[in-house]
Amino acid sequence: MSTAESPERSSFWKRAYRFGWELWEVLRRPSSVFSLGVLVLGGFVAGIIFWGGFNTALELTNTEQFCTSCHEMRTNVFEELKSTVHFTNRSGVRASCPDCHVPHDWTHKIARKMQASKEVWGHIFGTISTREKFLDHRLELAMHEWARLKANDSLECRNCHSAVSMDITKQAPRAADAHQRFLFTGQKTCIDCHKGIAHRLPDMRGVPGWQ
Amino acid sequence: MKPRQRVVLLALAAAGLSALATTLPAQNPTPVPLLLRGPTPLDQIAPAPRMTPMRNTSEKEVRNYPEQPPVIPHTIEGYQVDLNGNKCLSCHARSRTGESQAPMISITHFMDRDGQLLATISPRRFFCTACHVPQHEAKAPVPNDFVDIDTLLARSAPGGVRR
Repeated sequence: MSTAESPERSSFWKRAYRFGWELWEVLRRPSSVFSLGVLVLGGFVAGIIFWGGFNTALELTNTEQFCTSCHEMRTNVFEELKSTVHFTNRSGVRASCPDCHVPHDWTHKIARKMQASKEVWGHIFGTISTREKFLDHRLELAMHEWARLKANDSLECRNCHSAVSMDITKQAPRAADAHQRFLFTGQKTCIDCHKGIAHRLPDMRGVPGWQ
Repeated sequence: MKPRQRVVLLALAAAGLSALATTLPAQNPTPVPLLLRGPTPLDQIAPAPRMTPMRNTSEKEVRNYPEQPPVIPHTIEGYQVDLNGNKCLSCHARSRTGESQAPMISITHFMDRDGQLLATISPRRFFCTACHVPQHEAKAPVPNDFVDIDTLLARSAPGGVRR
């Protein structure tokens, strides 16, 4: 069998190589058919379509609907979010998944999206495909998020909550006191105290500030 | 008046009184609002009373009697207290009180059921809201005439006001 197939396979690779070489020969020479204007304008229009398409596709992956299309997210963390103030509240503003978990500016967003390719791997191989597996990994997953928010000074929190716009006279005495002492002085960042505000917590033994 | 006439008159008076008694509650429903459930008839469900806000002053409240578990003078909405962690202890644990300036949990909470002091909070005292509860800004539907022991002692003291 292999002796019968081998000439076919070699001829395919030979043809592919020849096609590639011919393409390169065409590409490396100046065009003799299309005008410079067509090439420039065509490139411009194609660029808009590709760039716009890329960003549209990127934004599609940045929605609550997309995040909760995986059962890992829908049945675990999204269910837990539903009972918190970031889902329903008196003013009706909802923080959806990417508001807290994806940076808003482009460079950092792309970096985070590339990291997220590991989550696709986890989905395909069922790393957290059951509730039990998810709970086993919960501490590790939570620690990734705490480390990220600690490193970027709670950037995603501050997209909405800024210390400058915080009116501490409207806060409860406890909150006003803590924010004045630790947030305004830069001693602590949001995530240092506000862990577990959107999802249930893992085993917190040994985590700083917890018993 | 003949005895026979007297009996008839008495029967008439009794019938009139009983008729009055049966019509009275329908005409005048004054005693009904005194009930806790309000003026809604028994076979109907009253609209739920409005939810009242939590007291959130963070000011220590006086205990009504020495053994009363202190009430929580702030909201505890969303505070996770379970096998994984205890949000209350993030402020009220011994090692956390320096940063939080919150009162430390009582040393009695370190004791097990045999009165043996443990190194840390006893498991049977872990679930704070079993005894300590936050307060709503609600008017009590039933007035409370509880008098605490200090008032009683003061009354019997020489300078006490005897009321």
